[in-house]
Parts: sequence; C-alpha cells; structure tokens
Amino acid sequence: MRMNRRVVITGMGVCAPNGVGLKDFTNALADGRSGIRFQSELERLKFGCQIAANPLVKDNMLTNYFTPLQLRGLNASGIVYGVIAGMDAWADAGLEPNTSDVPSWDYGILFGTGILGVDKFREAILMIDDQNVRRLGSTSVIQTMASGISVYLGGNLGCGNQVSTNSSACTTGTEGVLMGYDRISGGKAEVMLVGSCSDSGPYVWGGFDAMRILPRGYNDEPTKASRPMSGSANGFVPGSGAGAMVLESLESAKKRGAKIYGEVLGGEINSGGQLGEGSMTAPNSIAVQRCISKAVQNAGIEAADIDVINGHLTATAKDSLEVANWSAALGRKGTDFPYVNSFKGMIGHCLAAAGSIECVGSVLQFQEGVVFGNINCEDAHPEITAVVSETKIPRKTIGYQPKVIAKASFGFGDVNACVIFKAFTD
Amino acid sequence: MTKEERYDKLKGIIKIYLPEDVDVKAIYPNSNFITELNVNSANLVDIVLDVEDAFDIRLENEDMDKMETVNNALDIIESKLSEK
Repeated sequence: MRMNRRVVITGMGVCAPNGVGLKDFTNALADGRSGIRFQSELERLKFGCQIAANPLVKDNMLTNYFTPLQLRGLNASGIVYGVIAGMDAWADAGLEPNTSDVPSWDYGILFGTGILGVDKFREAILMIDDQNVRRLGSTSVIQTMASGISVYLGGNLGCGNQVSTNSSACTTGTEGVLMGYDRISGGKAEVMLVGSCSDSGPYVWGGFDAMRILPRGYNDEPTKASRPMSGSANGFVPGSGAGAMVLESLESAKKRGAKIYGEVLGGEINSGGQLGEGSMTAPNSIAVQRCISKAVQNAGIEAADIDVINGHLTATAKDSLEVANWSAALGRKGTDFPYVNSFKGMIGHCLAAAGSIECVGSVLQFQEGVVFGNINCEDAHPEITAVVSETKIPRKTIGYQPKVIAKASFGFGDVNACVIFKAFTD
Repeated sequence: MTKEERYDKLKGIIKIYLPEDVDVKAIYPNSNFITELNVNSANLVDIVLDVEDAFDIRLENEDMDKMETVNNALDIIESKLSEK
C-alpha cells in the first residue's frame, strides 16, 4: 500500500568549492563567485587541465566536526566534506545527535559517493606493496569503503533507520533525494538525511583528464574555464565537495515546528540502457526526455508549472542537447521556456557531489526569492538560444519568486534523475 | 627510560583511544583495555602501531595476542627494549 505522505526539506548543509556553509554558499551563488582555482599539484603531475574546484576547509574547522580519535589518520576528503555538510544540515533542521542508548528508528541516512577515501587507499596500496600490510591500522577499511560516509554520519547521529550509500556517478546526489523521498513518502521513515560527497585530488580527476574531456586552455584563468551553455564551452572542470538535505514527513516537521525550505513533490529515476544514442558516456535522449516528463507526472504538476530549471549542464558540447531535451519533454520553448541555470560555471562539476550541492543551491532560490545567475555564458550557444530565449538565461542573479523548480542530473552509464521541488504552502 | 616514564608514555598513547565517557584517570596498570577501559577492539591495532613508533620497537602477532591489560603492554615493551 502506497501512503504518499508529503515530504518537506527542513535542513540543509553544504561544503562547496565556492562556499563552505549555507551562508557563504548562498552569497557566492548570488554574487557569481567562482570556486575554481589553479592546482599546483596537478601542474606538478603534468595534467593537461591544471585547474579544479575544491572546498576550502580550514584545519581548525575540523575539530568542530571530528573527535581527536576520528582525526587520527583521517585522509579521506570526501568524508570531511560529507560530515561537514551532513552535520550542518542536521543542526540546521534543529535536530540533535542521538545520545541515548536507543537508535532513532525513524531517522535514516542515504549519503552517496562515487569513490571514497582515494588518498587513504593510495596510502594503503603503497604500504601493502612495500610488504607492510600490518602497518595499515584500523582506519583503512572505514575510510575507503563506499558506505564510510553514511556510517560516519550514522554513528555521529545515532540513526536507526536505513543507513546506506547510493552510487550512480554524477546522478548520485539527485538520486539520493528521490530515494529518501520515497522512503518517507512510503511511510518507512520520518526523517532521512540525504546527500552525497566526492573526494578531491589527482587520483579522482586523472581519469577524466586522460579522457581529454576537461578544458586545457584555462590554466592561467581558472574562473573563466567552466562555461555552461556557452558557445565557447569546451569541457567540464572537475570538482569535489558535498551537499546534504534533511527530508522529513510534513507531519513530523509540523510536530517539531521545524522551518520548511520547500517541498519535494517527487520525480523520476531511469536509464537509457546505453541503447540508441546512449552509451557508457553519452545520454540516450529518449530516456532523458522520459525521465523529465515522468518526473512532472509523478509530481502531480503540469509542465507549465515549472518556472526554474537547474540543469545538469556541465559545460560540454552536450549542453545544447540537454536543453533541447528539456524543451521537448516539457513542450516549452522561447520566452515560454522556464528560467534555466547551471551552477557549474562557479563550482565546476563536483561529480558524485554535483547533484546534492546543486539541489541545495536550487532550493535556496525559494528562500532568497532569486534565480541565481549563470557565469561565463556571455556567448550563449546559438543552438541553445534557438530553443530558449536569452531572457530566460540570467547571466546575473535576478529577483524572482520561484514556485516550482525542476532539477536534473545525468551520469556516466546513461543514468538519469529528475526531482521536482515546490515552494512550501500548507 | 625508567619504568615510570614508559608507563606515562603508554598512558599518553592510550588516552586518545578512550571513549568520551572514560577519563584518563581510569587507566591503572591492571586495567583491561577492552573490558575496563572500553577501548574499541579495532583500535587495539592502532595502539600497537603507536607503541611501535613511540618506543621504536616491533610487536609480533603473538605479542598482540598477549596484550590484554596495560601491564601486559608494559611487560612486552620492556622485553622488546631489552632485546635491542
């Protein structure tokens, strides 16, 4: 029996390349501030693309989130970002860590990642190859298992419902929102902390550099490199970080008197099966369009209700195709097309963390009464302006009160997720 | 290094692995790491590695098996140091 309970967002946290913490991130998005920087380590390692977007986490911040024991041998940036975002979201929702002896049975965690603790894994590999496996200590496994992030948070918060990690490449964060939504909507949980994280560093980003899909001509002007929807877009800038949301049944949120950022109306997750034009690295447009139109249908709205789209829009040649797919799926174009933005101009492509960071940014637009601007899109791609009026691609943040926001993420392996957020009205 | 100095050094290592509700003052020579000090059994291997670094010795698997109490650890450290 499907219960279809209403699900709202009562807390958010973020550890993004252009802002750590909600306030800093909000200001950065509003001002069009970039978190993309030159990385001397990538230069030393002779990468083609020597720029990347990673959150700036100060060492003295860590003691607020980790015990001295947890900090010993901690060498997994994804865990650092994920714990900061997750704990912040929990506190922002007005929830406390559970310090009793009884697990919080109705509170769960779905915190995704693509790969975790890569630097820690490297440390282990070097020791093992040196015939020194006995020196690994106890932290190697927990920092490199994919679910390390969800169980770090699970232990901090004492959650007793599902505590798990989902993984679907760049779709991960958006997929997690929908998985958490389903669990609450179906009556299996009251609160789900959802989010995702992605490690920083050459061992995560190197494979993409080798595929030659990162921009190589901007090493001396990093903030100009990521150009979603632009005619001069030539590859995504790799990033890292984490975003998190506390999803809660409306019933529970009301009972607690919690602040409500917005409602999750539902959405859709699907795959193009790597058939037709779909492949390991390219999306099947039929599936993308179906994902969007099913999301609209599942959310119980009309395509015309959407007034802002936050796209996947990574700043590659595929941006035009994505916009065409939105247009076809929604049956809207020109000045009738919703406002559309991509935060990747500022934060690059945070891979597994992209969906969650961008969901947080999307929802912030309700509270701020704005549509955040697109940077580096002065020269919008002609194939995009043929579909969408220039007026619907804000280059700077504009004042506008969105009611319904659609957010989609698409990932390697031809996997898609689209979630529909709504401004909260009782 | 006197026995007292070795004990203090060891206490400094153990301290970080104590759960929040166990005070460093709870460490006695006859304290059992797991049943009395509530040290997570997974962390015993980390204590061993820290002891190796701090005393510049190497502990073998059978040494670790014998290391149930603080005194056991002190005895092992003393015997390893005397072998050097």
